Amino acid sequence: MSGLKIDDVSMRFDLPDGGSVQALKNVSLDIKEGELMSVLGPSGCGKTTLLNIVAGFLAPTEGAVILNNHRVTGPAPERGMVFQKGALFEWMSVRKNVSFGPDMKGMPKSESNQIVEHLLDVVGLQDFKDKAVYELSGGMQQRVALARCLANDPDVILMDEPLGALDALTREKMQGLVLKLWKETGKTIILITHSVEEALLLGERLIVMAPRPGRIHKEYRLPFAEMGVGQDLREVKKQKDYGPTREEILTMIWNMEEEIMGRQESAA
Amino acid sequence: MIILLMYIAIFVAAMIGYKLIAARMQPEHDFTSLKTVTFGDESAVVSNRSASIISVVTIFLIWGSFTGSNLIPSFLHMPGPFVGETSFDFEATDSTGKTDDGTVSIVVHTVDDPKDAPEVEEDTTGIADNVAVKMAAWRSALISSNDLLNKDLGTDVKVTSVNGEPVDAGDIVNIGTGTLRVTDKGSLSFEPNKGWQMEEIWLPAPESVVSRLIEISQEGYQNVTLAENLGWSLYRVLLGFILGSLVGIPLGYAMGLNSWFRGWFDPIVEFMRPVPPLALIPLVIIWFGIWETGKISLLFLAALWIMTIAARAGVSGVGISKVHAAYSLGASKWQLLTKVIVPNSLPEIFTGARVAMGVCWGTVVAAELVAAEKGAGKMIIAASKFQNTDIVLMGIILIGIIGYSIDILMRQAENYLIPWKGKG
Repeated sequence: MSGLKIDDVSMRFDLPDGGSVQALKNVSLDIKEGELMSVLGPSGCGKTTLLNIVAGFLAPTEGAVILNNHRVTGPAPERGMVFQKGALFEWMSVRKNVSFGPDMKGMPKSESNQIVEHLLDVVGLQDFKDKAVYELSGGMQQRVALARCLANDPDVILMDEPLGALDALTREKMQGLVLKLWKETGKTIILITHSVEEALLLGERLIVMAPRPGRIHKEYRLPFAEMGVGQDLREVKKQKDYGPTREEILTMIWNMEEEIMGRQESAA
Repeated sequence: MIILLMYIAIFVAAMIGYKLIAARMQPEHDFTSLKTVTFGDESAVVSNRSASIISVVTIFLIWGSFTGSNLIPSFLHMPGPFVGETSFDFEATDSTGKTDDGTVSIVVHTVDDPKDAPEVEEDTTGIADNVAVKMAAWRSALISSNDLLNKDLGTDVKVTSVNGEPVDAGDIVNIGTGTLRVTDKGSLSFEPNKGWQMEEIWLPAPESVVSRLIEISQEGYQNVTLAENLGWSLYRVLLGFILGSLVGIPLGYAMGLNSWFRGWFDPIVEFMRPVPPLALIPLVIIWFGIWETGKISLLFLAALWIMTIAARAGVSGVGISKVHAAYSLGASKWQLLTKVIVPNSLPEIFTGARVAMGVCWGTVVAAELVAAEKGAGKMIIAASKFQNTDIVLMGIILIGIIGYSIDILMRQAENYLIPWKGKG
C-alpha cells in the first residue's frame, strides 16, 4: 500500500517536576498519495508534535508512522520539510540552497543543475539564483525553501506554518503557489497552520485538532483547494459554502480556547 | 593635573569651535540630520571624524609642547628650563662683624651644548670671593662655602645675605632665574628654574622618537634589527594562535555536539578562562623554561580557551530548524557537520579569533619583558635599563600600531570571508 499511515500514535513524556504531558493521544490518519491535508488547532493541541513525529524528529511513545509500507524511524529525504523561517543556509547562494539535497546524495552536477534550473523557474526565482539568501525578501526566501524541498523529489512534503511569517499580500500569493505546486507535482502535502482561512484554502482535507490531550477533533472534506488551482483565491472565498464553514471552525476553535482558559482559571 | 585640565579645556574648545564652524558650513541634508531625537538614539551617534583627527593632533601637540619639540611652532611650547647667564650678590660676615661682598656668576647651558664658566675677577682681599659656575639645565649646582669665602681671612665666616636679603642655614631664596638654598654647612645650592617642559630622559620629543625609529630600523638595537624584533613577536603570536586554534576549535565542536565531552571539559574550560595568561608565566617558565617552548606554550594556552569557547558557542548557535532541514534533505552526520555546523559557527569563531589575537599580542609582549633574546617586549625592557626612553616610547607605539592593524586585518577578512554574519 502506498501512502502515509499514522497508526494510533500517542506521545507522552515526563516533566522535570515529576508531572507528565500527554501531547498526543490515539491519533490515526490515512493519507492517500497526492492528498493535500491541512491541520488546524489552538496552540498546544500537538499539531507541530504530530508533524515532527511524521518527519522523524520525534519518536512516538505508542503507535507508528508508516510510509510506503515501512516504518518511520528518523528524518529521511523521502519526507521533505518546509519551515516557517530561518532554515535556509545563509552561507550559500539561492542555487546552492536548492541543490543541497541532490548534492548530499552525490548527484552529478549536470543532473542537479537541471533540477535546480527547472525548480527556480517554477517558483519564479530565475533572476535571483546567484544571490545570497539573506538578500531576498521573506516571501522569496520561502520560495527558495519550497524549491529546496522539491529538489529532493520527496514523497511527502511537511509544512510547518510555512507562510506564518509573511505579510498578508505575500501570503496570498504564496498560497496560490503552494496550490500550483501541489497540482503540478502531485505530492502528498501536510500543512500545519493556525490561520483558519489558510487551512480552508490549502486543504482538500482539513483536520481540526483539540488540546489536552492532543487529538483529532473533527475532519472536513473541502472543495476549495481544487477550485483554487489556477484561480484567484479571492474568488474562492466568495463561494457560498466558504463563509459558513469558516464561521463553524472559528467557533469550534474559539470554544476550545475558552475551555482552556476556563480550566486554567479553575485550576488557579 | 595641569595637563588634564588643559586636555579638558582643549576638548571643550574644539567641540564648541567645531559646532560653530559646522553651523556656518553647508548644512547636511541626509536622513540623520533630520532626526530631532539624537540624545539616546544610538543610530544617530556616529564617530565624528573631525573629533578623531583633532584628538590625535591634540595628543601630539601636548606631547610636543611639553618637550619643546621642533615640529610645532615655538609659541606653543611650554616655558622651558632657564638657560643663559645669571648672577647674584652675597654678603659674608665673620665673628668680629666684618662684612664683605661677593658675586656668583652662573652659566646654565643645555645638556647637548656645554659652555664654559664665565670669567670672573678673583677677590682674595676680603672674606667674600667672586665665583664662576657652569651647569646644565634641570640640574642643581652646589657652590661650596670654600669657594665662596676666604675663610683664612677671618674666623667663623658665613654667608649672611643674598641679594640684600638676610639668610640663615636652611633658608630658600628666589633670585628670579632659580632658587638658592643655604645648606647646613653654609654652602649654597642653586637650582635654575625648571620650567614646564619634560626632560629628554622622562619624555623625549616626538622627533627624537621618529629619528630613533629610523636609526633602529636601519641599524637595529643591540645587534638585533627592528624587523627581527617585531617579526619574532609576530611569529610567536601566530604560532601560538594557530596551535591554540588547532586544538581549541575541534574541542569546542566536540563540546557543542556531545554531552560527555561537554561535561568533561566544561569545568576545565570555565576554570581556565578567567585565569589571565600572564598569571601562568611563572608556571610556564618552571615547566617549559624561558625560551621558545615556554613562550609558545603560554600563547597556546592564551588562545586555546578563547577558541574553544568560541567554537562551542558557534555550535550552540545553529538554529534547530537548520539542523532538521539538513537531515530532512538527506544529510549525513558528517555532511551536517561540514556543510551546516562549520559554516554556521564561522562568525563566532572569527569573533573569538579577534579576541584571541588581541590577548596573544598582549601576552607575547609581557612574556618577552620577562625573558627573551629577540622581540618587541625584549627591545623596550632592554632600552629601559639604559634609560633610552625614546626607544621605549617607540616600542610602545609600534606595539599599539601592530595590535590595531591585526584587528583591522581580521575585521576585513571577516567581512570578506563571512558576509552573511548577523544576517541569519
